Amino acid sequence: MKALTWCAPHKVKVEDVPDPKIINKRDAIIRVTSTCICGSDLHLYDGFIPFMKPGDILGHEPMGIVEELGPDVDKGRIAVGDRVVVPFPIGCGKCFFCKRELWSCCDNSNPKAYIAEKAFGFSPAGLFGYSHLTGGYAGGQAQFLRVPFADVNLQKMPSDLHDHQVVFLSDIFPTGYMAAEQCNIQKDDTVAVWGCGPVGQFTIRSAMLLGAGKVIAIDDESYVPQRLQMARDAGATTIDIHDEYVFDRLRDMTGGIGPDVCIDAVGMESHGYSPDSFYDKVKTMALMETDRPHVLRQAIHCCRKGGTLSIPGVYGGLGDKIPLGAMMNKGLTIKTGQTHVHRYIPKLLDHIRKGDIDPSFVVTNRMPLSKAPEAYEMFQERRDGCIKVVLDPAA
Amino acid sequence: MVALDTRSSAAPTQTPRDDRPREATPQAQPQINVSTVERGVSVASGALLAILGLKRRSLGGLIIAGLGGALLKRGVTGHCEMYESLGLNTAQEGDEQSEPRDRAAKRGVQIERSFLIDRSPEDLYGFWRKFDNLPQIMTHLKEVRVIDDRRSHWVASAPAIAGGSVEWDAQITDDEPNSRIAWRSLPGSTVDSSGEVRFTRALGDRGTQVTVSLKYVPPGGRLGHWTAKLFGEAADQQIQEDLRRVKRQMETGEIPTTEGQPRGTCTGSGKRERN
Repeated sequence: MKALTWCAPHKVKVEDVPDPKIINKRDAIIRVTSTCICGSDLHLYDGFIPFMKPGDILGHEPMGIVEELGPDVDKGRIAVGDRVVVPFPIGCGKCFFCKRELWSCCDNSNPKAYIAEKAFGFSPAGLFGYSHLTGGYAGGQAQFLRVPFADVNLQKMPSDLHDHQVVFLSDIFPTGYMAAEQCNIQKDDTVAVWGCGPVGQFTIRSAMLLGAGKVIAIDDESYVPQRLQMARDAGATTIDIHDEYVFDRLRDMTGGIGPDVCIDAVGMESHGYSPDSFYDKVKTMALMETDRPHVLRQAIHCCRKGGTLSIPGVYGGLGDKIPLGAMMNKGLTIKTGQTHVHRYIPKLLDHIRKGDIDPSFVVTNRMPLSKAPEAYEMFQERRDGCIKVVLDPAA
Repeated sequence: MVALDTRSSAAPTQTPRDDRPREATPQAQPQINVSTVERGVSVASGALLAILGLKRRSLGGLIIAGLGGALLKRGVTGHCEMYESLGLNTAQEGDEQSEPRDRAAKRGVQIERSFLIDRSPEDLYGFWRKFDNLPQIMTHLKEVRVIDDRRSHWVASAPAIAGGSVEWDAQITDDEPNSRIAWRSLPGSTVDSSGEVRFTRALGDRGTQVTVSLKYVPPGGRLGHWTAKLFGEAADQQIQEDLRRVKRQMETGEIPTTEGQPRGTCTGSGKRERN
């Protein structure tokens, strides 16, 4: 089959590799029909996530058709021919964490848990195509994908919705939704969202679905103007970090108290125009810091007293100069986490079916899998207004 | 559990049994405060560093060679300035008068690891008590042969030490159904060990806390233990990984793996050259 492999930082390639096989008894093989490039794939592409090996197959936002099932898969829950979305974290369905719907914290799915235990104390769930820190599972930017614990991980989709309406249930729609949902949004709340990439777009729309009074979207208009436009189309007020002081604008837009909810949908590779982002740039280049938490610092600084800070943006290692004093003295609540995707799918599918949201709005490019290296380059440079790329493995 | 005291010593060395250096040393010479085994290691590594350093023909090489020379001197004279300033003496530690078992305990390694497994104590005890089940799940156990109701023969892999594997005969010393199994090795085993596994019902509906306690004298004593650790074969890691496999098998019916999945062959010519 054809698959996109990681060779080195800034180098990916479409290769012919062997087809995946059933290895364990609860495995399934799916034929991928649509598979996306995620903003967090760029952290791998840029070489910011450790424990990548040349030849690793990338991709964690796939959907497709079930081709084959292992002998122990619960056939009452999944059958050959089913149309399915694959959540990016792998759950086992049986451990302490899965039973509590903390799917991205599954205790059993990471075969290389000892690596993550050294870095994080305890290991999170295995993830598709996201470094050996989270298991080294072959990813979904390929024609076929092996899915472990198929009966709990594969999510059946109705046939009347097209791929672009449901494929984002694998990651970015639930990720944006959880980012907002875990903040207990009230109807008079102002929600500020840093980063208007695909996750930010879903966060903005989810905050609205959850009844937020006002949503403010923050991004760099000079960098990708289409993103802030997309946020405005959703009904958000926008702040352009290139021309405006974020803190002053947020304070003035909230009657001087700051946003009730601040959401960092940027993560470890943030950029900005303040001295601290220059500091991060230098330190990460000198390998003395892994993450650039400029947005996190700003969000802590801007959040209203007693407010909630939510972090769907991916961080991988260590960041410097986090303003703990502001965080503690203002009594902020911090909510974070890789998304517990499985938990949100039924509710979000319902929203899609009722027409509350059509996730296909975010797609700017559909390209054949064979063109994936060009797609990565284009997405990385945000060329031609590229916001979200869906790859077609059959083309 | 048998509570033997295995205080960790600052120096990872085997204790000597033969020489009584203090009485044999004339007053003018510095006191011997390094054990025989450690002196040997010091001489060998010092010589190696000196040769490697001199081969470099650079300032850095000279520094390495100097360090090697210092280690050589330390090994030959048996006197370590650093130990002296720290008040340590590894030459003295082993006391010939003490009981052999105490000595073994001092050289031994004690490990305890615990895993929360979402199954009942009855299920887990039942699985564990059939010792010949264990090698199917625990990768570091090569074989367990049940001899009779109380005795069994164990073979564990240990690539970094003792030529690939260690073997011992074990006898059950205590067996409380659904709660605890304790064992100790019988005389004549290559590893002198004792241990127990406890099955404790966890709070609420969290299943069972399975705790393995193990005490053993590794071949090569403490030095052997640290050597094994350097090569990633430390017993505590092995037990952690094997217990994790038991947890995964018992909770999900399989052990997650990526072995046998497809991968590419491309190599790097990006910014960082990789192979």
